[in-house]
Amino acid sequence: MRTDLKILVVEPEPDKARDIIDALMNGGWSDVTVIGSTGALVRTLSKQDPDIILIDLQNPDRDTLEHLSLVSNAKSRPVAMFVDHTDEAMTQAAISSGLSAYVVNGLQKDRIKPVLETAIARFRMIEKMQSELDAAKRALSDRKTIDRAKGLLMRARQISEEDAYGLLRKTAMDQGRKVIDVAGALVTAADLLQ
Amino acid sequence: MKMTQVRCGYLPLVDCAPLIIARELKFAAEEGLDLTLAKQPSWSALRDQLALGKIDFAHMLSPLPIAMSLGLGGMPGAIDALMVLSVNGTVIGVSDDLSTKMLATGWRNGFDDPRATAAAIFSATSTPLRIGIPFPFSMHRMLLEHWLSDVPAYQNGEVEIITIPPPQMANAVRDGILDMFCVGEPWGSVAVQQSGAVLVLPGASIWQFAPEKVLGARHDWVEQNRDVCFAMIRAIFRAAKWLSQAENIPLAVEILARSQHLDLPDHAIDPALGGNIPTSINEAPRRTERLLEFHNGAANFPWRSQASWIADHISRWHDLDPKTSRATAACCFRSDLYREALAPMGVDMPGASEKVEGAMQHPLAVASTKGQMILGPDVFFDGAIFDFGTQAAMKK
Repeated sequence: MRTDLKILVVEPEPDKARDIIDALMNGGWSDVTVIGSTGALVRTLSKQDPDIILIDLQNPDRDTLEHLSLVSNAKSRPVAMFVDHTDEAMTQAAISSGLSAYVVNGLQKDRIKPVLETAIARFRMIEKMQSELDAAKRALSDRKTIDRAKGLLMRARQISEEDAYGLLRKTAMDQGRKVIDVAGALVTAADLLQ
Repeated sequence: MKMTQVRCGYLPLVDCAPLIIARELKFAAEEGLDLTLAKQPSWSALRDQLALGKIDFAHMLSPLPIAMSLGLGGMPGAIDALMVLSVNGTVIGVSDDLSTKMLATGWRNGFDDPRATAAAIFSATSTPLRIGIPFPFSMHRMLLEHWLSDVPAYQNGEVEIITIPPPQMANAVRDGILDMFCVGEPWGSVAVQQSGAVLVLPGASIWQFAPEKVLGARHDWVEQNRDVCFAMIRAIFRAAKWLSQAENIPLAVEILARSQHLDLPDHAIDPALGGNIPTSINEAPRRTERLLEFHNGAANFPWRSQASWIADHISRWHDLDPKTSRATAACCFRSDLYREALAPMGVDMPGASEKVEGAMQHPLAVASTKGQMILGPDVFFDGAIFDFGTQAAMKK
């Protein structure tokens, strides 16, 4: 687990904040910033660009965080939430819903580290799934472009599909470009000439 | 009669009055409901509690069930709006500093002129304008957007909209974090008292009939607990009707101030319920029509056209297909259940569940089951008309 994460803690009560910092330091995380109020939150978030945010489930500032995370160009980041450990059902439900709410069970110092690690790991997993999904979508659209380019070549030069692909690949190699780029250029040019 | 236990989440704002009245004056008990009101620290927390089944009903910002049903925000889920709890009720205010600069441009605060006020605001500010709202999915943000969308500074991105919890709005204005805000009562009046803010417009001056809060519940739960939903709709309908009678207002203020649910003094509750609001610290309260409406003009009816109007804003923000969003939103606003719940009471119902939003300049008699329904006015300040029946909303 990386310990160079930038952590932002939103906690107005100094005593609680100190406990959290202690627990994070013990866990090997040293880049920790604490803020107390909403006004500071808006400014700090853009300046600090934290990797993870910790906030009490009962803190009204959660609405400010919600807004910031909805802004289209906002960096997606895990938000861990503290909740009274009496509310076990809520905690479990929030964790199993697997969304932005990563709940730290109570404010017990010895529990912060493992739960935080789980939260970060889970966030990374969802992020990875998202990027795999994006890659799959991209591959699909690439294939469509290459198929169109092959079709254009087959019609224009009366050649087979295999030869059309060979021609695309040879052109790409000769010019030091990717097959998809050559195919994309051909499709664009064909659209322009129509 | 065996009482059914139900829990309803709320945020301590004056517009949760129908819930408190339904409980305290036993309208809920008379419908067989043992209603517990559960105060929530934020809209995010309220949403999570509802989505996770910790509460059955919730006092929600009208766009929130739609946003959740569209899969947006930290905890999405299929949420229905069973009825509208209140119409209007927001106020727009500026900092002491900004109001002084606005006055220097020759502007005078009539508390009723969105065009002149916008012109004064933008000629008085040179830096980006920072406006506070209570939540990203809120009528507050939609009203601001409708009001300012034609202003060049807004189009050029010189307006920054920030979410600030309503109880912190006054401090944020005083500390210079915000230049302006749009918030529900009592927090506008509190900002006037605590930080010298000046209220410049009621939300109703932008749209005269804006659905502000709705009663939300999980779609699956609603289908399995229809009778409980019907009882809750009836109890709140009766509470809202009671609140609409002027002679009940002094008692309502007393009940709300004494109830442990709000934890607000009576002078914070009085302006919104009484319709007389002080716009600055040294001025007498101003009489304001339709400042906050709980019942009149079929205020509780969840119009599917209101849902479509809300959906269009969300589609723009999140780049969604507007047609699909409107369809999802219209299904969230359960005018079908509302009709079914109130049929046994013989309540007058409109003939249609959609209306042309913004078309009524004056109160207008419309087709209804008993022929006694009067709607409106519901115009937008710029005369915009939204006709979702033809799927072609237009801005005049």
